[in-house]
Amino acid sequence: MIWFFLTSGLFLGWSLGAKDAANVFGTAVGSRMVRFKTAAAVASLFVILGAVVEGAGTTATLGHLGAVNAIAGSFTVALAAGVTIAWMTRARLPVATSQAIVGGIVGWNLFTGSPTDLEVLSRIVATWLLSPLLAAIFAILLYLLFKRCLGRARIHMLRLDAYTRTGLIIVGALGSYTLGANNIANVMGVFVPASPFRDIQLFGIFTLHGTQQLFLLGALAIAVGIFTYSRRMMDSVGNDIFKLTPILAFIVVLAHTIVLFLFSSTGLQSALVALGLPTIPLVPVSSSQAIVGAIFGIGIVKGAQGVNFKLLGKIAAGWVMTPIFAGLLTFVSLFFVQNVFEQEVVHHPAAAATSIIAPEPRPNVTAPVTPLASPMQTRAGNDSLITINSSNPLPQPIN
Amino acid sequence: MSLLFKKNKQTEAQIDEFLDLVIKGGLIFKQAVRYYLQGRIEEFEGHLKELSDTEEKGDELRRQIETKLYLRTLIPESRGDVLGLLESSDKVLNQTTETLMQFSVECPVIPEDLHPLFIDISDYAVSAEEGMVKAIRAYFRDLAAVRDHVNKVLFYRKEANKSAEKFKRAVFSRDLRHSHKIHLRYFAYHVELIAEEAEDVCDRLSIATIKRYI
Repeated sequence: MIWFFLTSGLFLGWSLGAKDAANVFGTAVGSRMVRFKTAAAVASLFVILGAVVEGAGTTATLGHLGAVNAIAGSFTVALAAGVTIAWMTRARLPVATSQAIVGGIVGWNLFTGSPTDLEVLSRIVATWLLSPLLAAIFAILLYLLFKRCLGRARIHMLRLDAYTRTGLIIVGALGSYTLGANNIANVMGVFVPASPFRDIQLFGIFTLHGTQQLFLLGALAIAVGIFTYSRRMMDSVGNDIFKLTPILAFIVVLAHTIVLFLFSSTGLQSALVALGLPTIPLVPVSSSQAIVGAIFGIGIVKGAQGVNFKLLGKIAAGWVMTPIFAGLLTFVSLFFVQNVFEQEVVHHPAAAATSIIAPEPRPNVTAPVTPLASPMQTRAGNDSLITINSSNPLPQPIN
Repeated sequence: MSLLFKKNKQTEAQIDEFLDLVIKGGLIFKQAVRYYLQGRIEEFEGHLKELSDTEEKGDELRRQIETKLYLRTLIPESRGDVLGLLESSDKVLNQTTETLMQFSVECPVIPEDLHPLFIDISDYAVSAEEGMVKAIRAYFRDLAAVRDHVNKVLFYRKEANKSAEKFKRAVFSRDLRHSHKIHLRYFAYHVELIAEEAEDVCDRLSIATIKRYI
């Protein structure tokens, strides 16, 4: 049964692979600078690496927002997010997986009566505004830098072509790595508290944690999405939506990669902490938002004549609608899953703990208010990759 | 990856070699016109032969470059512009060869006092061609310099037109057979045409340059 529940996450992963790989390699493939097979292989490999190695940081933040601790709840949240993405894509509205999943988690919180950490929520929403803005700033700076350097370097066009191809593959690999690290939380984050996997010792050299196995599964779904469906998206991105030269594409993807790296690197966070500097929140940001921000930045620095503000307005509307729609859909779906299909959409660890400690409940005595362990602790076991959400009060289901 | 760089370098060298041939063609033409006017027909014919070989070699090299650019999908964004530039600069080379061939076949009789004026037309036309090649080289390496070279080409084209006009006026004001006048005008026009073709290449180049600015 658990594998069935995981399918909604895998579907979400597939759609992310089909949609967001185009952000990283779209222009390179669309402009025939990089072959699709090369792009798909590089993107898949690095998405998997990023997800398994560094996917924990952003997942912890989603866990703080709401620890969806029952597998049927996780299934519903992921499915609602997936349906939202599919519907909005069909309606030709640009959509971000991060926003759909956050909307879904908030919907789950509302349905189960779990409190939504407004501080975490506002931090996430702030990064949605900040990430395109930062991407635009980075794109402008990189554009000015490249323009200056290329003007002085006087590199032959053919050699520049070879450098650009190499650069597009390298930056695409980095972009895919950060996409995996940052966005795996969107795909598998809601399943972490209910993960069925246990730690595995590999060749006695290193341990593959349960969460990492879950992320590996999600990343494989992303890879399948890249190979099976991103070709169309890449051709579309490369030829229709934004007509960029290969060098501009390189700048845009580099700016996008820097932004995703800033919001997902646990290594960078540790380094900032060690230096006593303020840290950057590890939040799953939208790859599409970062790309749109970077292109907007390029458009502005080139004089803003070519910027389609009408399209930008449509994109912004899509960003507002996505979390709201996903939240509502999750709320409604949870009602059906709980009351029609009679599935447990929220787990009560305190009740479980009570039953173990006191097998014979005494009449007229309420269950202890403080849980022995948080939902994340209870389900994730010894998984060191997960930040424990012990501050979350016990979720209350709505019947 | 190093293989990609190596192949690109080879194509780069071939483009440079092709442009060298265009320059060489112009220089041969300039010298051949002088030999013709001085009546050194044997040397003139030798230069004509050399120019024909250069043109053939240029055609062959251009085809090789075109094939490589397409087969290896190099510079996909600018490939059309580059191929257009190479083809139209090859036309300039063809024009010099064709004009020289007409000298060899039709043997125009140019009055001696008009020789300096005819040499001027020829020199300005070849200077325009040289400027065109410099502009194309700049297009590949130094976009900012393209404009300077294009402006020089425009200048030489105008000078060639002025000299050609002077030449034609001088021819038609003389007491020559009308067929002779027409014949001389035809030759002045054809030499002038080299500069016109070079200017057309530069017009194309200016647009291609704007497209290449990041």
